[in-house]
Amino acid sequence: MWDWAYTFEILPKLGWAAITTIQATLIGFVIAATLGLALALTRIAVPATAWIISVFVELIRSTPLLIQIFFIYFVGPSFGIVLDAFTAGVLAIGVHYAAYCSEVYRAGFDNIPRGQWEASTALNLSTWTTFRDIIIPQIIPPIVPALGNYLVALFKETPLLSAIAVLELMQTAKIMGSETFRYTEPMTLVGLFFLAMSLVSAALIRATETAIRRRMIR
Amino acid sequence: MGIRSLLAMLAATIALLAVLSGRETYSLFVPGLLQGAVLTVQITALGCVLALFAAIAAALGKMYGPAPVRWLANAYIEIFRGTSALVQLFWLFFVLPQFGILLEAFTVAVVGLGLNVGAYGAEVVRGAVASVPRGQWEASTALNMSQTQMLRRIILPQAIVAMIPPWGNLFIELLKSTALVSLITLTDLTFKAQQLNQTTMKTIPIFTLVLLIYLAMSLTLTIGMRLLEQRASRGLSRGRSA
Repeated sequence: MWDWAYTFEILPKLGWAAITTIQATLIGFVIAATLGLALALTRIAVPATAWIISVFVELIRSTPLLIQIFFIYFVGPSFGIVLDAFTAGVLAIGVHYAAYCSEVYRAGFDNIPRGQWEASTALNLSTWTTFRDIIIPQIIPPIVPALGNYLVALFKETPLLSAIAVLELMQTAKIMGSETFRYTEPMTLVGLFFLAMSLVSAALIRATETAIRRRMIR
Repeated sequence: MGIRSLLAMLAATIALLAVLSGRETYSLFVPGLLQGAVLTVQITALGCVLALFAAIAAALGKMYGPAPVRWLANAYIEIFRGTSALVQLFWLFFVLPQFGILLEAFTVAVVGLGLNVGAYGAEVVRGAVASVPRGQWEASTALNMSQTQMLRRIILPQAIVAMIPPWGNLFIELLKSTALVSLITLTDLTFKAQQLNQTTMKTIPIFTLVLLIYLAMSLTLTIGMRLLEQRASRGLSRGRSA
């Protein structure tokens, strides 16, 4: 059933592929977090854009990520945007999760009582100081766990990149399986890798959450 | 988004679809894509039903089961939430046959996606049951109800109302993740799109139509769940005030 010799043979290759998976996760999340913040801030700064942004967010959240990846990868060239598979895939993942993240930021800003803004104005604080010293410190604690959950969700979506032949973990396992007709070991190892990473990151998120909460109370 | 804006968006999507399918460059692909969409809807519907049952069973097992059932429910929830849906589908499709269990691709799709969403749903069910006020439990105990009666008559009817919005999100997630079944040879909407794309290379019309069809399906589902939510909470507020 389970061939240990084969397992040790494929382990290093899968290890290298895991690096691509992690790269895709981190780059995708940086795009998601910054673009999401930009969307949320634009919404606050220019209220006229609010409906366009909500239609965009709804559009992104209502259609499958796989189709969005295909869209950027296959339709992009028709508009002169030619990206390699990795860039197109990571961009699609980043934009997809930016829609989710922007809602997280928005909820964070909405949670700040109006009186905090008014008090800052009354104390003659500049916009920059208000943001840095009053608003941001109050927004971070509720946002961190939510963003963390999306980081884990995004990580678990990276196997979709295999659909456009990015050599990440899943694609590598698929190729191994089709070469040797042994899917058991590569697929199970990929599953275990995701399980382990998800459990570890869930624990990390919980730890950060408690650490931040302790600091904020003080 | 409010229900009015959602309805407006759905109307706009359907109108755009209608206009585009009137055009020659687009109309060519409509029948094939709709064929795929039917399979997508079937998998979504069956998957949702399975997810509901799996979630309720896992949540009740985790909360009230004896120790072995509790471990089993915990293992199910952690494994399916901890790995990717695509990995799960591939595992069921490629690895299970090597243990002598051969499932059809359609069965794999429904079971895989249903169990995946069910694992997330289990936490939703658990949270909703926990959100029922303590007094309700105490009153049921005081009325000498058995635990089954308590759950069936008092707790679950109240918990269900709290569950509707999160389940709406999960159903949308399930609908979207049906796109993955194209990678295990099922001819769903995404598969049809790729097939047409490879034969005709007309990427813009094909993927625009596919996006719009998915959008129309998701919006319909969202609006349906919102209406259900309104109805359910209306009953609740009446019940509470009486």
